[in-house]
Amino acid sequence: MNTLAKSMDDFRELMRRDQVFDIVNRPADNATVDMSHGVALYLESITKSFDGFRALDDLTLYIGDGELRCIIGPNGAGKTTLMDVITGKTRPDAGTAWFGNRINLLRLKEHEVAQRGIGRKFQKPTVYENHSVFENLELAMHANRGVVTSLTWRLNGEQADRIDEVLELIGLTGERDRLAGLLSHGQKQWLEIGSLLMQNPRLLLVDEPVAGMTGQETEATAELLTSLAGKHSVVVVEHDMDFVRSIARQVTVLHQGSVLAEGSMDQVQNNPRVREVYLGEEE
Amino acid sequence: MQSQSALSRLGRLHSGTAWAVLAVLAVVALVVVPVLHTVLPQDSPLYMPGWMVTLAGRFLCLALVALALDLIWGYTGILSLGHGVFFAMGGYVMGAHLTRVAHDDGSVPNFIQWLDYSDWPWYWAGFESFAFTAVMIALVPGVLAFIFGFLAFRSRVRGVYFAIITQALTFGGMHLFYRTETGFGGDTGLTDFDSLLGFDLAQAQLGLFLASAVVLIMAYLLCRWIVTSKLGRVLTAIRDAETRLRFTGYDPLRYKLFVWVVSAVLCGIAGALYVPQTGVINPSEMAPPQSIEMAIWVALGGRGTLAGAILGAGIVNVVKTWATSAYPDLWLYILGGIFIGVTLFLPHGVVGLLRRRKEASQ
Ligand SMILES: Nc1ncnc2c1ncn2[C@@H]1O[C@H](COP(=O)(O)OP(=O)(O)O)[C@@H](O)[C@H]1O
Ligand SMILES: [Mg+2]
Repeated sequence: MNTLAKSMDDFRELMRRDQVFDIVNRPADNATVDMSHGVALYLESITKSFDGFRALDDLTLYIGDGELRCIIGPNGAGKTTLMDVITGKTRPDAGTAWFGNRINLLRLKEHEVAQRGIGRKFQKPTVYENHSVFENLELAMHANRGVVTSLTWRLNGEQADRIDEVLELIGLTGERDRLAGLLSHGQKQWLEIGSLLMQNPRLLLVDEPVAGMTGQETEATAELLTSLAGKHSVVVVEHDMDFVRSIARQVTVLHQGSVLAEGSMDQVQNNPRVREVYLGEEE
Repeated sequence: MQSQSALSRLGRLHSGTAWAVLAVLAVVALVVVPVLHTVLPQDSPLYMPGWMVTLAGRFLCLALVALALDLIWGYTGILSLGHGVFFAMGGYVMGAHLTRVAHDDGSVPNFIQWLDYSDWPWYWAGFESFAFTAVMIALVPGVLAFIFGFLAFRSRVRGVYFAIITQALTFGGMHLFYRTETGFGGDTGLTDFDSLLGFDLAQAQLGLFLASAVVLIMAYLLCRWIVTSKLGRVLTAIRDAETRLRFTGYDPLRYKLFVWVVSAVLCGIAGALYVPQTGVINPSEMAPPQSIEMAIWVALGGRGTLAGAILGAGIVNVVKTWATSAYPDLWLYILGGIFIGVTLFLPHGVVGLLRRRKEASQ
C-alpha cells in the first residue's frame, strides 16, 4: 500500500506541468572535467551507514588538481568505503561529491565515473588472467566503449605506441605476450597500475598498492606514483608507513569514518590524537 | 579498399590450418553428402539413405545450439540452463508456418476447433507467409531474450542465481505451452506438416540438411568474428573480472545483453531448422532436462572453444542416438555419467584433453 502511494507520488511529480523532465534538465554529466579552481575532488559531509554502523561519518575532503595525497588510518576506518563512494559503487546516505566543478559523481554509475576520468586500483590486484599483458592494456585504453565499435575495433599505430610506452614504464616489456595470470603478485600490481594509466585518468585512486611487494618493488612503485603527480591527481591509501613517508607531501588521517588530521607527514605524526588512535598502535 | 580490409579481417579469424579443416568439413557437408545420397545406387554400402541425412541435419541444428550456448557460457561466463525455451520458440514459429501451410485449404486443425474457434486466433495471423515467419524466427526468441536479459542483468543477477532463473523461464514456458488454451496444440504440440516453400517435406531431406549446414557454417563464422574481435576480449573479461571491467569504463549490461540476444536468436534459428526435420514441435523441448543436456554438450566438448562446443554436441548426440535405441532405460544414467566424468576429469572438455596431449608430445 505504502509503495503504491509512493509510486503515485512519484508519478505526479513526474507529470508536473511546471517542470521539464529530469532527463532533459540533467546537468551536463558528460561534461569534460573542469578543474579551473584547482580542485579535482570535492567531498562534503559524506555519511554512509551499514546497518546503523557509520563507515563514513560527515566526511569532508578536498583533493587538489595534480596533488599526490596519502590517506592512512586503522583498519575499518572507512578508506575503501570512501573509494567506493567516489567511484559509484556505494551511494552515500548524505553529502555531495563533485569531480571538478561540473561533474556530480553521485548521479553516475561505476562505468560512467570511469569514463569521466577516475581510475581505480583495487586492494586485491585484479587483472584479466586469461588475456595477455598487452591485451590487458588494450582493453583499458581510453577509447569508445560501445558494443558495435568493439566489434570492428582495430588498434592504430599511435595507440600501439602508447601501449609500448606504458609497458616500458611498468617494466613489463619482456612479458608483453604472457598471460596476465602467470605474472607474479608484484607484476600484477604493476599491470593494474599500467591499466589505470591507459585510461588517461585525471584522478587515480590507488588502494594499498604495495601490499605483498618486495622492498625493491615498493621503492619502484613509490617512484612511479610520485612521477604521476602533477599530470594526474593521485590518492593513495596505504598501511606501510615507510612507503607513505617516502611519497607523501600531504597526508590525511581517517578515523571512524571522518578526518582526524591533515597535514604534512611530520605534522600528522606529531599530532597527539593521531598518535593515540593510530601510530600509537604500531609502536 | 573496403572489401580488402574485410578480406583481411576474414583472414584473421583463423590460422591457415584451421581454415583448411573448416574447408574440408564444408566440402564433406555440401558435396560429399549430396553425392552419397543422390548419386550412389541404393545398394552401395556407402549409400546414405534419407533418414540418415535427416539425422545428420538434426545434429547440425543441435551443434548450432551448442555454439550459441558456448558464446554466452564459455566466453562470457553466464551459464544458461534455459536455452531450450529459445530453441522451442524458433521451433514453434516454424511449426506455426508449417501448420498453416498444411491447412491452406481453409480448414483449421483440431486443437483450434476444440477451443471453439471457427477461425485462426489473432496471434496465428501472418504465419501463412514464409517471409513473416523468417522474421519471427529471429524476433520471437530475440525479444524474449532481450526482456529477460535486461531485467536480470540490470539487477546484476549472476552465477547460480542466473542459471536457476533461466530454468524457471523454460519451465514456465513449458507449462504455458502445455495448456490447450494457449492455442499451440497443448501437449501434442504442432505436427502433421506436409510441405515447406512448396517442397514436399518427405522429399526435402537433403535440402533441409544443406540449409542446416550452410546456416551452421555462417553462424560459426559469425561467432568466430565476435570472439576474435575486441568485443570477444571484453566478453572474456566479463567472465574473469567483471568488476575490473566496470571500473575501466565498460558497461557490462550492454555487452551481456548483446551476446545473450545473439545467442538466443541462433538458438531459435536452430529450432526452426530442427522442426521440419523431426516433423513435430511440442512443449517437452522446454523441459528443464533438455536445457541441462545442452550445457553438458558444451562442457564435454570444451567450454570457451567454438569447435569444442560443436564436437561436444556431436559426441553426446551420436551416443544418445545409439543408446536410446540399444538401452533406452540407461540413457539418463549414461548422460549423468558423462556429466560427472567431465566435471571430475575433463574440466576443459575433450578439446582441452587434445590440447594437453599435443603440448605434452612437443
Ligand atoms: N558492504 C558493506 N556492508 C557492511 N559493512 C561494510 C560494508 N563495507 C564496509 N563495511 C564496514 O565499514 C567499515 C569500513 O570499512 P572499509 O572502508 O573497508 O575500511 P578500510 O578500508 O579503511 O580498512 C568496516 O567496519 C566494514 O566492516
Ligand atoms: Mg581497505
